[in-house]
Amino acid sequence: MSCQETRELIHGYLDGELDLLKSIEIEEHLKDCHVCTQTSKGIRSLRSAIGDTALRFEPPANFERRLRSALRRESELEPKPTILRWRWILAGTSLIAAVFVIWALAGIFARQSTGDLVAQEIVSSHVRSLMADHLTDVLSSDQHTVKPWFNGKLDFSPPVKDLSQQGFSLNGGRLDYIDNRPVAALVYQRRQHSINLFIWPSTEALAVTEKASVHQGYNLIRWTNAGMTYWVVSDLNLAELQQFVQLLQEQSQARL
Amino acid sequence: MAAAYNLARWLVHNEADAEDIVQEAYLRAFKFFSGYYGGDTRAWLLTIVRNTSYTWLQQNRALRLADPIEDKLDEVGLDFADPEILLLQSVDSQIVRHALQELPVEFREVVVLREMEALSYKEIANVVDIPIGTVMSRLKRGRKRLHGLLANLMGKGAGNELPGNARIDSRLSRR
Repeated sequence: MSCQETRELIHGYLDGELDLLKSIEIEEHLKDCHVCTQTSKGIRSLRSAIGDTALRFEPPANFERRLRSALRRESELEPKPTILRWRWILAGTSLIAAVFVIWALAGIFARQSTGDLVAQEIVSSHVRSLMADHLTDVLSSDQHTVKPWFNGKLDFSPPVKDLSQQGFSLNGGRLDYIDNRPVAALVYQRRQHSINLFIWPSTEALAVTEKASVHQGYNLIRWTNAGMTYWVVSDLNLAELQQFVQLLQEQSQARL
Repeated sequence: MAAAYNLARWLVHNEADAEDIVQEAYLRAFKFFSGYYGGDTRAWLLTIVRNTSYTWLQQNRALRLADPIEDKLDEVGLDFADPEILLLQSVDSQIVRHALQELPVEFREVVVLREMEALSYKEIANVVDIPIGTVMSRLKRGRKRLHGLLANLMGKGAGNELPGNARIDSRLSRR
């Protein structure tokens, strides 16, 4: 490396900013060149003279404290972050509210649809029992024959009422499968109309009062009583079906 | 904070103004922290201090940049081969301080950032917003000028007239 090149690069070399190859070339040159070595020494001593800590200006003793309080004042005056924070709180709150509304609506729809689903199953079961001529597994008008028949077939004992004196004769009972569980189905007769009464233990915490609905031309009434869910379905008119329900409830209350 | 104050103080030559500049720089840094995209916070802060100082210098008409005619002298000037200056180790820091204050601001800032704050060429390039190659040439010229200024001051201090200009002239004539 020539003196000219060394003079160009010596500062970079002394500042440790040159790559290894160039640094080695300069070191090689400095070994042989007295003038450039003198230059190098001169720069080094100048650097150490300026780097002397005595040349640094130290901030006044209380300056840092004053700076901090100025910054604090500024951050208190700054309105932007507060607005931003409020905006976020508002956005967050409305988001939570929206999620809650959707969840509540979904819950209502889900409950409605499961109710509808069970009603559909009830109607299907009623229709099937009439079509396949499989209305009863136990054919008896005696409630004391029908009730014990369910023993060992279900994990609950359905209340069986005799309403023949009121014009609703008991025809018998059978096992059925509704709402993902085996249930008791009691069959009553009112003139030419078959009435299917489905009974299973209630999963709902609160008692449900009678709810009437119509599916495919059949009248349905559901209610809960003493931990049991009751569904009654028939092509009988609604007034008489309601009378039937009334009688059932009176009977069970009379027993209590 | 000490680095910020030191830089501002070297750039504006005035204690009260340096304080104002550092405070303003910190407020700016605080406000525009969103404009900070990673990297060394110290170098970033020094950039703000440097720019704030320049704004102050311009407002106070105190911005004295290097005379381009003098630059020509730099190119052929002293090459640190003066044995007198080799004894800088023993030089009074007051004289060095005075010489550094005489240095035009664009050289002074790179020298302060390099020698006092030990910033790399790349960091200096970011703070001063110039290419890395320019950082090296400014450092080179700044050191040469400083060397010349020190030679002058020490010459005066010692009472004998041995201005660097005489030597520069002799070299010029030799070429």
